[in-house]
Amino acid sequence: MSLTESLQTTPLDVAHRALGGRMVEFAGYSMPVQYKGIIAESRAVREGAGMFDVSHMARLKFTGEGTLAFLEHATANDVAKLGDHQGQYSLLPNATGGTVDDIIVYRYSADEYRMVVNAANHAKDVAHIRTLLPAGVTMADYTAETAMVAVQGPKAAGIVASLSDRSAEAEALPFFGTIDLKVAGVECYAARSGYTGEDGFELQCPAAEAGRLWQALLDAGVEPCGLGSRDTLRVEAGLPLYGHELTDDLSPIAAGLGWVVSKTKAFLGSEPINAARAGGTPTKLQGVRLESKRVAQPGSKVSVDGRAVGEVSSGVYSPLLDCGVAFAFLDPGVKVETPCTVDFRGKAEPGQVVGKRFFKRG
Amino acid sequence: MNVPAELRYTKTHEWVRLEGDTVTIGITDHAQSELGDIVFVDLPTPGRSLGQDESFGSVESVKTVSDVYAPVAGEVVEVNEALGGQSELLNAAPYEAGWLIKVKVSDPAAVDSLLSAADYQALLDA
Repeated sequence: MSLTESLQTTPLDVAHRALGGRMVEFAGYSMPVQYKGIIAESRAVREGAGMFDVSHMARLKFTGEGTLAFLEHATANDVAKLGDHQGQYSLLPNATGGTVDDIIVYRYSADEYRMVVNAANHAKDVAHIRTLLPAGVTMADYTAETAMVAVQGPKAAGIVASLSDRSAEAEALPFFGTIDLKVAGVECYAARSGYTGEDGFELQCPAAEAGRLWQALLDAGVEPCGLGSRDTLRVEAGLPLYGHELTDDLSPIAAGLGWVVSKTKAFLGSEPINAARAGGTPTKLQGVRLESKRVAQPGSKVSVDGRAVGEVSSGVYSPLLDCGVAFAFLDPGVKVETPCTVDFRGKAEPGQVVGKRFFKRG
Repeated sequence: MNVPAELRYTKTHEWVRLEGDTVTIGITDHAQSELGDIVFVDLPTPGRSLGQDESFGSVESVKTVSDVYAPVAGEVVEVNEALGGQSELLNAAPYEAGWLIKVKVSDPAAVDSLLSAADYQALLDA
């Protein structure tokens, strides 16, 4: 998309500009890539609490007779395992064993399920889901009337709980649990989840009240963070990004997401995915840790003993490890701890193949 | 943004300080701010001869990679080795400790044709 086309804005656009956010185009939206700086914002999330405007991600609601059966067919994880007010990471598979999107599915109640999907795939997902939607199940897209803020970091859950009307219950909420919560007086649908490897909440609220919620979190000392640090933090935490580690043509098994895929149910694309699980995939996602601080670009070749063994899918500078780290799809035979090099415009930078999870909260 | 009056500038956001027949070259405060946190600087080997507007290296930030161009022609006589271990000097002090290279210029008068501080400031304001 070119910048001359008009970009969508989130309900927090005014707040981003007031804070000096550097705005860039992302998935058709004008979004802050950073405020103070990517390194400072990454550190704030690892050490205290940071918040991200993720209002651009799309929010869908499913109701009606047969919703559970429909979701079991359309998504890869076991939806029946969810109790009320629980969520799960999942995938929208296609019929050929690739991934339409990675998503979160929430069971709000037996009669209502919700889904959060990637902004870049919003239109594609809605069109794909419509082809699968049976009579009797209603899909409502409530993205535009709501905002979503992810509050992340070791202090995040405590801050959200302290601003809320149900602080003890919020504090005690398990990972991927959800709760209806007033935060600073704003009605929120709160999920104990995120995309940074840290504890925290993802808060959905009415669009018109997003500014008030954001300001209350700012006043409580939460650092505003942009898409740049979000990308850094998700790579450090070993989390995939659609378009990089997941695509329509790649098996989620290659990306190491077999744990998200049900072993017991049949669903759209279950046969090719199960075949990939049993027979292996041509490449496998691994981590690469560089000796230098350089940021590997997607598509850069990775070599072992001068032989090309795959290519980078995502790369960032990790403030935590003070070096460049990357994800790369490599020949399945390449083991962790193997010394490797990554090509930077003709210069081979030394590194090592490592596990995908560069950071795990102890 | 800081635009020191005594320096000369380019449209591609390099600065130049002329002392005798040698210029020190770096990137401007505006450039480092636009790039964000800088993690790697690729610089030429001393002895290399550069034409005007020739790319002599690159600056990598956590967001992007950007080539840097020689504002004037000459021979590289020194590179800022400190940037190898401390690329963040470029963010902290782009006009002092974060300089990139020193070049012995073929024609010191060529510096006069570069942008003045006022011209460069006007470019940033446009």
